[in-house]
Amino acid sequence: MNWARFFDMGGYAFYVWGSFGVALGLMGAEVLLLRLRRKSVMLRPVKQVDKVKVEEHETTI
Amino acid sequence: MARRNINWFKYTSPASFYPLAGKMIPWFAAATVLLLMAGLYIGFFVAPTDYKQGEAYRIIYIHVPSAWMAMFLYLLMAFYAGLGLAFNARLWSMMASAIAPTGALFTFISLWTGALWGKPMWGTWWVWDARLTSTLILFFLYLGFLSLQSVIEDARRADRAGALLALVGAVNVPIIYFSVQWWNTLHQGASIRLGDTPSIAPVMLAALLIMTAACWMYSITVTLMRVRCIILERESRAPWVAELLGETK
Repeated sequence: MNWARFFDMGGYAFYVWGSFGVALGLMGAEVLLLRLRRKSVMLRPVKQVDKVKVEEHETTI
Repeated sequence: MARRNINWFKYTSPASFYPLAGKMIPWFAAATVLLLMAGLYIGFFVAPTDYKQGEAYRIIYIHVPSAWMAMFLYLLMAFYAGLGLAFNARLWSMMASAIAPTGALFTFISLWTGALWGKPMWGTWWVWDARLTSTLILFFLYLGFLSLQSVIEDARRADRAGALLALVGAVNVPIIYFSVQWWNTLHQGASIRLGDTPSIAPVMLAALLIMTAACWMYSITVTLMRVRCIILERESRAPWVAELLGETK
């Protein structure tokens, strides 16, 4: 297998790798962003839980 | 706290769907990786060079699956949004919101790869033909749905507005699909049609279908990941969420 030839894609390297690179890159980025979103949701709680507690407290009063 | 949610089946409530989705994610993620590797391997190393387009034709293995996903996901989003609207069930609406960004992503990928394929084959990045234009409209419908949801603060009201847009916009999907038959387009006709013998070689078809399956698995994986975030964000006042988040602190 000639790798240089493979990567050249018969002269269409820019178009072929531009397509697959961007597509797979964006998909990877989406997964990464979702992980960050989850992390930030998980970090938010302290306040939220306290708020809920305060509200419960208020309603009991 | 009164729950307005009617339990049609157990898993239509966010509280019971959340852990189920969490259990499913690793399986769909694994399937995505395996299918993606198989599809790329067959597409790049097993499938032969096209006699007319040379190696450039290999763009088909990402272009066609993403274009299919763009349409499928839109219909699925409209379906879930419609269910959420009809039954006033939060989880279905959350599913619609979770699908939208991924649908928009695939629409973008199909437009992007289409441009990169069009340039060497047609000599132009873009042309205002029926297929390309209706796909661009699909992209704007996704963006419209997303921005509508982000500007309306009340989540349930945002769900209803989004559902209306999604359902009305669904008429665009058959237009995209049949555009190559209804109008004289620069875009080629379908290579694979239901009930028809595909006009491409079996090994190429195999790579295409495996890549499509990979894109499906990917879509399910990220949709489940996103819907879990949405559930936690929206239901943050529900006792079970407070409890869950309290634990992970």
